[in-house]
Amino acid sequence: MNSINPIQHDPHAANASDRRPRRARAAAAGLLTLMVVLLAGCDSGPHNRAAVVLIDISGEYAAEIEKARRVTSLLLGRLDPGDSIAVAFIDNTSYSDRNFIARVDFDHRPSVANDQKRSVHRELEAFLDRFSVPSAHSDLTGGILLARDYLERTRAKDKQIFLLSDLDEDLKPELDRDGPLKLNGIEVVAVNVIRGERDNIDPAHYRERVGHWQQRVQEDGGRWDMVNEIDRLPRLVAQR
Amino acid sequence: MWDILTIWSASPALSVAVWLVIAMVVLYFGRPHAHQLLQTTGRAIDHALRLAAVSVRQLEQRVSTRNRDVLVAQGREATEQAVEREFTRVKAIVDRELGHYPALHRELEETIEKVESDYQSSTQNAPLPPEWSEVVQTISSLPSSGDPTVKKILNEIKGSVENAQKETLKAYQKDAQERHKILSGMASDWRGLKQNMEKVQKSISSLDGRTESIDRHMANYEAMRNNDDKALHSLTASSLTQFFIAALILAVSAFGGLINFHLIALPMSEMVSGGAYFAGMPVSDIAALVIIMVEISMGIFLLEALGITSLFPMIGRMDDRMRKGMGIAALVILVIFASIEASLAYLRDLLILDQQQLTQSLAGAEIADAQFRWIPSVAQMMLGFILPFALAFVGIPLESFIHSLRTVLGLVALGALRTLRVVLRITGGTARHLSRMLISLYDLFVMLPLAIERMVARGGASLGEAAADRRQRKDEETEAAEASAEDGGAKSGGKQRGRKRRSGEERQTPNHGAEPTPVEG
Repeated sequence: MNSINPIQHDPHAANASDRRPRRARAAAAGLLTLMVVLLAGCDSGPHNRAAVVLIDISGEYAAEIEKARRVTSLLLGRLDPGDSIAVAFIDNTSYSDRNFIARVDFDHRPSVANDQKRSVHRELEAFLDRFSVPSAHSDLTGGILLARDYLERTRAKDKQIFLLSDLDEDLKPELDRDGPLKLNGIEVVAVNVIRGERDNIDPAHYRERVGHWQQRVQEDGGRWDMVNEIDRLPRLVAQR
Repeated sequence: MWDILTIWSASPALSVAVWLVIAMVVLYFGRPHAHQLLQTTGRAIDHALRLAAVSVRQLEQRVSTRNRDVLVAQGREATEQAVEREFTRVKAIVDRELGHYPALHRELEETIEKVESDYQSSTQNAPLPPEWSEVVQTISSLPSSGDPTVKKILNEIKGSVENAQKETLKAYQKDAQERHKILSGMASDWRGLKQNMEKVQKSISSLDGRTESIDRHMANYEAMRNNDDKALHSLTASSLTQFFIAALILAVSAFGGLINFHLIALPMSEMVSGGAYFAGMPVSDIAALVIIMVEISMGIFLLEALGITSLFPMIGRMDDRMRKGMGIAALVILVIFASIEASLAYLRDLLILDQQQLTQSLAGAEIADAQFRWIPSVAQMMLGFILPFALAFVGIPLESFIHSLRTVLGLVALGALRTLRVVLRITGGTARHLSRMLISLYDLFVMLPLAIERMVARGGASLGEAAADRRQRKDEETEAAEASAEDGGAKSGGKQRGRKRRSGEERQTPNHGAEPTPVEG
């Protein structure tokens, strides 16, 4: 066996043991810096979503009311705790609180949020069961204004209006809906825009109607999208 | 711009030509200064970058020395620990195997004494039966001489002797049997002796193996002390291997942590307010992360207390009792957190079940009664309980990673400095060559005036040569006349001629294209 005593430390070895706390301190400092950078890199604004489903119950579109159930169910399934949802209908005069079928801000606890979703679903079911007579007029602008007010109140990050309508506005003469919609930061998704009898005669009328609403929404600061096939809707909702 | 260009003529070509001529003339007159400027700039850049490269080289050497020191220190520390461990093992072997050696020795001695005494007992002299038979034969062969009394006496003697012989034979046989018995008793003692000796041999050979290992470590240690390059390369390779393995294990642990996070993030939002955000993250997620971090920290403390890792020297310096207490505390906290995680995993399963039922009810489907639903529940609970313990071992690769990171960072810094030095040298050389190239380009642009200058210089040189020849001839004639008039004047006249010829040659030297500039001269 060799005669060198390994236990007899030299100055280098002594330095090595002194280096350990420095290393630990350096590692801790590095970890803290990393955490600070990670935390500083994240924003602290709102993170929730809010959606309003507007159901047109006027004229021939009233036959499509069952589609509202699918759209609402889909949204309820996709929204997270902390999000908000409102379901309202569009009739002769839509800019009033009576038009809300249900509205709720989901709790942050998943179990409570699930109960709230069930409650919204029940209220919609009850409304659909009660519904029998379509309205004579359709106040689309009023409905959109009602939805906008609700969405602004939620202060959500993503705001969406799902508009189930044929986009054929028929206002009562006494209503004044010429003002701007002010849809900044709001996405309006027209769902299931059906073609009426008039559109069958003159297809340009359909395009003109859709184009008019698209232009109006975009001019008033909103984003426009249209989904006629409801099966495509999950993809659009998931993109949020 | 166009107006300036066509200032000389309406024809652009002519105007450009005029401008070119002007530029050429101007550049020709400014040639020495331009050359000086380009040359000094090139040299200055080259010198500055050379200086910088030298500084970088010095820094590189310092980093290299530092790396070497750190590597050697780490290697020495590791070898010392290995040698200490080997000595501990040797001590354990000695304690375990040779601790009983005095008893074994006593046993061996006793066995040997017994064997010796048995051997002695088995070799004691016994009456020899052949001598008795000789006595009987001798008595039988005695002449009886027909006297019945004598015959009777002889017969009695014979009978007595025969009886005595029989008794002796019996005693001899008995004695032989006893010796055989003793000898057969010795066999078990021999076996015991052999077993004990084998035991001793086993212990000795095990110690032999340890000794070889210690020798190997000591050879490494000596090589490190001597700053042997081979040992250093081996240490570097070992450090790099450790770094990559530790990084791999840490990456695997990070994925484990991610799974753990997803396992408890959802139920944590049920407990902690999910609406609050901190730096863009929900507080519930931060709470889940904190739980995982605390588990990892407890794992590190536990490993420290067990003496497996040495990230915190303070823990290593604690006395054994305190360290043991700390280890138990860390283990208890770890178990509590693992139990909490298991319950959170169960809560997560319940929440997911609720979500599934909601989705089914929203879709209008009947809520199905899921069979074997308990399997994922139990699996999640087990995962929630086991993962914290698995993450607790992250301290081992972490220590290895931190230790080897120093070497790897040193090597990276060394590589970066070397690259920087090469880049600096290349840039300096390029600047110098670029300045020369620009000078050549400059001369290329003003080649016409230069050619004229050269021609003029050549003309002047040829005129000077003719004048020198004339002077030379005149001198020769004068010298010849003087030589004829005076004696010995030819030698000094020759010297003078030589001087004049040389000065004439110097004057004749043409000034070629690459004329020395004031700086070059």
